[in-house]
Amino acid sequence: MSAEETVVEKELKVEKKPAEPFLSKRRKNIVTDPLSDDNPITIQVLGICSALAVTVKLEPTLVMSIAVVFVIVFANLIISLMRNLIPGRIRIIVQLAVVATLVTLVSEFLKAYSYDMYKVLGAYVGLIITNCIVMGRLEAFAMANKPYDSILDGLGSGFGYAWIILTVAFFRELLGSGSIFDFKIFEAIGWTTFPTNGLMVDSIGAFVVLGILIWIQRSKSGYVEH
Amino acid sequence: MDSKIKVRIRRTLIEQSIMEVFNIALRGIFIDNMIFAYYLGMCSFLAVSKKVETAFGLGLAVVFVLTLTVPVNWLLQEYVLKEGALTWIDGSFESIDLTFLQFIMFIAVIASMVQLVEMIIEKLSPALYGSLGIFLPLIAVNCAILGSSLFMVQKDYNIIEATSYGFGSGFGFFLAIIALAAIREKLKYSMVPSGLKGLGITMLITGLMGLAFKAFIGIAL
Repeated sequence: MSAEETVVEKELKVEKKPAEPFLSKRRKNIVTDPLSDDNPITIQVLGICSALAVTVKLEPTLVMSIAVVFVIVFANLIISLMRNLIPGRIRIIVQLAVVATLVTLVSEFLKAYSYDMYKVLGAYVGLIITNCIVMGRLEAFAMANKPYDSILDGLGSGFGYAWIILTVAFFRELLGSGSIFDFKIFEAIGWTTFPTNGLMVDSIGAFVVLGILIWIQRSKSGYVEH
Repeated sequence: MDSKIKVRIRRTLIEQSIMEVFNIALRGIFIDNMIFAYYLGMCSFLAVSKKVETAFGLGLAVVFVLTLTVPVNWLLQEYVLKEGALTWIDGSFESIDLTFLQFIMFIAVIASMVQLVEMIIEKLSPALYGSLGIFLPLIAVNCAILGSSLFMVQKDYNIIEATSYGFGSGFGFFLAIIALAAIREKLKYSMVPSGLKGLGITMLITGLMGLAFKAFIGIAL
């Protein structure tokens, strides 16, 4: 009798174990890791295509980052909710369908409320579907974790991606067009003869700026690729 | 007399359109290169370019899949998705515009084409399957494939031009990835600062290669 009681007590104790706090240390790490130590672009080498293509100016880059954060967070949430229902063999197709639906939403939203931006970004909005970060997070995290954690992971990866492409765009717009958010910064301070660099507007500038950014970021975090 | 002139005019028109088809392929390979001009397919371009042999396999698979999917997506766009495209079924469908389904349809076509190509190659040529095998599933999420289909829609090609565009883009990718893999094989023996190793130096090299490819601007047959 007493033995049974202790078993019941034990079970009760297990149940009484406090739920994980809303922002525990582990959860904070899920968000902060992708910002520097485990950055999707500079460390994991994912999602480079759009990182380079839209970064000529800051404004489209900002729109692109918001779109990608939205798609990653919601795709992570949906896949995480469905993770026990998806048969392993067709999971890629299911993931693609979810991502494609979300991207279609983003694209229709842009078309309705910001047609100019829709024209500027063009096919690259559609290419969020094949952005490796989205697929990578779905496959590596959302398929095996609870919805709330997956949202946090999506936010972390999304912002990790966003700050890198915004930095690249900042330097490309500053040196290539001499402006920030289309505001002619050098003319404003009286330097009208600022030599803008055509290479920065071109694809080559994107590669070089991102290469140097990766160098700085990896030197700081001490990550070495072999 | 009159009919002779007509025949001549028609012949020059045909010749011109043949030249145009070649020009589109040439532009896709050298000027509008998928990697250097549009940055598409960078993920696999960077990840699979450590050895020439594997890069060759992936490049070949990309050429193959692109040449097939672009015309198929062209047909889909022309006869299903475009505004008023469904009139071939019934005249009353004239006002239907399914363009918003474009992304889902294209990616579905690409994913299933990749699957199909994989099965066909496995059946017909086990040797080729052995070398392409692991890369084929990866291609479904290669931005270059979806990207060419989306650009093809923007550029308003006919079906022959679309096929030639698909082949040209694929071949451009093929050339770029083999060139990069060859450079990276040599790079193993050079002293690179530790933070720049791997991805960093590869980005800088890609930039320099892009600069070299700029020399092709303006070429045409």
